[in-house]
Amino acid sequence: MSKNLAGQNSTSARELELYFGPQHLGMVGNFSITLNVEGDRILEATANPGYLHRGFEKLMEYRTWIQNFPMVCRINVVEPDSMEMIYAMGVEKLASIEVPERAHYIRSIYLELARVGSHLFGLWAYANMLGFDTVAQWAMYHRDLILDLFEELTGGRVYHIYIWPGGVRRDFPSGFKDKIVNTLHSIGGCVPDYDATFFNNRLFYERAKKIGKITQEQAKQWGATGQTLRATGMKFDIRKVEPYAAYDKVDWDVPVRKDGDAYSRVWVIRDEMIESVHMIFKLLDAMPEGPVYNRIPNPFKWKIPKGQAYVRCESSRGELGLYLVSNGGDKPYRVHFRTPSYPNGLIVLEKLLKNASIADVGNIMISLYVVAPEIDR
Amino acid sequence: MKNEKLKIKKGSILSPFKAVNYLFKKPRTLRYPFESKEPALRYRGFHLNDWDKCTGCGNCADICPNDAIEMVEIPELESKPEQGIKNERPKLDYGRCCFCGLCVDICPAGSLRLSRDYFHIHFDTDTFTFLPKDEKSDKEHFLSSENYSILKASLAHRKQNYEGFSPDLDYSLFEPLRTTMPEVPPEQRKLSFIEQVIGYSKEEAKKEASRCLECKLCEEACPAHLKISDYIKAIYEDKPDESLRKIFEDNPIPSICGRICMKHCEAACSLSIRGEAVAIRWLKRFVADSIKDYKTALELKQAEPTGKKVAVIGAGPGGLSMAYFLTLKGHKVVVFDSLPGGGGMMRIGPPSYRLPIEAIDKDVDHIASLGVEFRFNTIIGKDILFEDILKEYDAVYLGIGTTVSRSTKIKNIDKARLALPFLQQNKIGSAIKVGKEIIVIGGGNVAMDVAREALRLQHMQYPGEKVVTKTVSLEDWDEMPATKEEIEEAKAEGIQFNPGWGPKEVEVEDGRVKGLSCVKVKSVFDEQGRFSPTFYEEKQMCLEGDMIIEAIGQAPDFSFLPKEFFEKLEFTPRRKVKVDENGMTTIPKVFAGGDIVNLNLDAVTAIADAKMAAEGIHKMLCASRSP
Repeated sequence: MSKNLAGQNSTSARELELYFGPQHLGMVGNFSITLNVEGDRILEATANPGYLHRGFEKLMEYRTWIQNFPMVCRINVVEPDSMEMIYAMGVEKLASIEVPERAHYIRSIYLELARVGSHLFGLWAYANMLGFDTVAQWAMYHRDLILDLFEELTGGRVYHIYIWPGGVRRDFPSGFKDKIVNTLHSIGGCVPDYDATFFNNRLFYERAKKIGKITQEQAKQWGATGQTLRATGMKFDIRKVEPYAAYDKVDWDVPVRKDGDAYSRVWVIRDEMIESVHMIFKLLDAMPEGPVYNRIPNPFKWKIPKGQAYVRCESSRGELGLYLVSNGGDKPYRVHFRTPSYPNGLIVLEKLLKNASIADVGNIMISLYVVAPEIDR
Repeated sequence: MKNEKLKIKKGSILSPFKAVNYLFKKPRTLRYPFESKEPALRYRGFHLNDWDKCTGCGNCADICPNDAIEMVEIPELESKPEQGIKNERPKLDYGRCCFCGLCVDICPAGSLRLSRDYFHIHFDTDTFTFLPKDEKSDKEHFLSSENYSILKASLAHRKQNYEGFSPDLDYSLFEPLRTTMPEVPPEQRKLSFIEQVIGYSKEEAKKEASRCLECKLCEEACPAHLKISDYIKAIYEDKPDESLRKIFEDNPIPSICGRICMKHCEAACSLSIRGEAVAIRWLKRFVADSIKDYKTALELKQAEPTGKKVAVIGAGPGGLSMAYFLTLKGHKVVVFDSLPGGGGMMRIGPPSYRLPIEAIDKDVDHIASLGVEFRFNTIIGKDILFEDILKEYDAVYLGIGTTVSRSTKIKNIDKARLALPFLQQNKIGSAIKVGKEIIVIGGGNVAMDVAREALRLQHMQYPGEKVVTKTVSLEDWDEMPATKEEIEEAKAEGIQFNPGWGPKEVEVEDGRVKGLSCVKVKSVFDEQGRFSPTFYEEKQMCLEGDMIIEAIGQAPDFSFLPKEFFEKLEFTPRRKVKVDENGMTTIPKVFAGGDIVNLNLDAVTAIADAKMAAEGIHKMLCASRSP
């Protein structure tokens, strides 16, 4: 890192407080970082969440179990689907609701589509930040194709409200399997273009290599999960560790990289997208016929027995956890989310920004895949 | 690291310029609004509501997580409580709506849907509240695709036939199917008077109670306005005592009503539109049966005695209810009835397989235990004179019902039997010796009772032999006044039906019934809907049978009333006793209710009448008490 600070070794130079965000071109989301800089070198970085606090966890205590479904997805704008999944898992665990086999497959396919869509969105942000506008536009376009699939399946483009306790809200419409396959083939067909223009591009290598480096030990200690952890060589994925939905029904692999820097993290994102696409094809082939929904009790009378549950799933950014408490009533007593961007965006980010250069703030932050609405709930 | 660098160097430095190719390809973006993408078939856009189907139940407003839906009264629409239709319709606030579609999945009628429209731009925020009304009747806002333009798209300019996210019973938030009521199968039940309906277990009752959406359409349909959703909720919450208390607020004879009520509530149940109504009657029966002792469960508080005395003539559902409500208010009530026990028509009419005597006595005994005096086996006009009662008591309630069976008055009909004496003797006397081939004249519920009872007697009296019971009714299948349920159950037991035939003459040979000759019915009602049957005289048939029972309706018996009182009693054009809003007849101090007053002719309406008249009597008695 000293490489970036050539000629800046005097600590007696004037320190400057610099606000990075919330209104900043390099910032994605309503989030800010206060930087203490000396020249181009960051002495200290303080992450400032709080611009996007909507009080979801509290609001959910005032809504019935089913009324929370349209709400919970809004916690994460980029990938609302894993939020639906985690809440459905929590409710199903507390209320002992069985999910039909086909619904498990549909959930997995749906979540993997969401992962691809989310990663494309992440790629847009990262490429955009590095100045690869063309690649960013491609990613955004391809994400839109995924949204078209969601629209067809669920009726909504961004907030799908599709995973439901007891299964999913509707079965696949006719011909939907082929549409998924066609869309994924057309996106997959562009992978060589992405590789040629971005992933194998020397510019990307020079900008991202050795930036924001984190060791496996540090990642574990700081609570980082997802790409941040997997980029340090650790094969850790909740889908493998504690399989849910239909993730244990097909064969797939967890992509990892060893170096723990921004370059590795972005490559993990790329590899995961490709792995997800392969997984969707396998799930589509293995998907059984049958019902997709076990009816939940009458929502006006639905009370969930007293108890508490902690459930976790692998969102596109890492381990997503939900702690759900019921006191036997028709509404949750307490809801708490453990979102992957929380450690990534607050702890890891602050540590990695220390001694980095100002030009790399966006690089590090976006490579950590921070989604601000997840931090502020 | 060195290797990686090498790997990267392998790629041509020009390879990123591959992207230039895309410059020569067709653009992927749409030039909106000149080009637009068709929303998906399931798209969740603005609401559509079929006003013809919508019942105004308000479940959409209840489930909305954002309070975006408000039920507004539409004065042009007619409320039809007996059909479960309110003149309220949902109004959307699109400033709040999040298009989740919970309202669609909870809509029991399936009227509320989401369309594929999603554009509304306006300076006036008031335009964002919107009353969805079906496109079929709204020609102003819903335009055919030729007249529609995306450039003007708004809530006031929408495309016709543009349905998106729609209700689907497989994914609905309510359970459309009822918990099956355990019953004795037809082959078994027709051999004895065993009660056909076994009754829900606690788990089954809870499961059935859990289906109720609490929209309260049933409460408006019920003549006595029972707090149905409250007592069902109490069952669901495992509080049978509270449920019983809720029932007793409006209906003091749940054990009887839980078996034979005509269940106007279930006809209005919003779940019955696309599924099966909540089994409200069976749930009431469950509560009544599961509580051994009403008195401890109810913890009733009786008012201080007022010293006023009220005579109730007739211990039927109306009379019993009147006695209950007035006793609670502190008045002394004496109930007169010619039968040896309480229940009135309930005691003699519904056969034991539908309403056993024990179920009646449970309700009657409870009312007696509150201090009501019952004088059974007492015939007014014979054992005690009406004028004496009127002198002795501060008020008199006539709950006499319709107790005389009507007859067809065809030739040789004196050889036939009448429904009520037949039912009465079998239920509270000794069983009548029946024939092997019985013909029942009539297509109403009493005719079904008679036929099904006769069939049981045949099976009991001629075990193993071939026996037949058939009904003949003027009305065809679709007009038959008996409930569908009764007809289906009778069919399952093997009753034969001859709908659309009018009895002409009882065929007699050697003084014994040989059969019934019938003539084909052309129409039953005239153009004004009045009963005036016409026949095809040339189409005749003869039903064979050795016993004929007439069950074509009942009439009230006013013979106990002395002439001077009967002359004072005024009747409505439909031959019903005229009462005022307090239930008082044109004879002062004399109140009336039940079958002689209302057109419904059922127990729950009699209870409703009694409740109203009890208020009237109480008001009158209180007024006379204070100087």
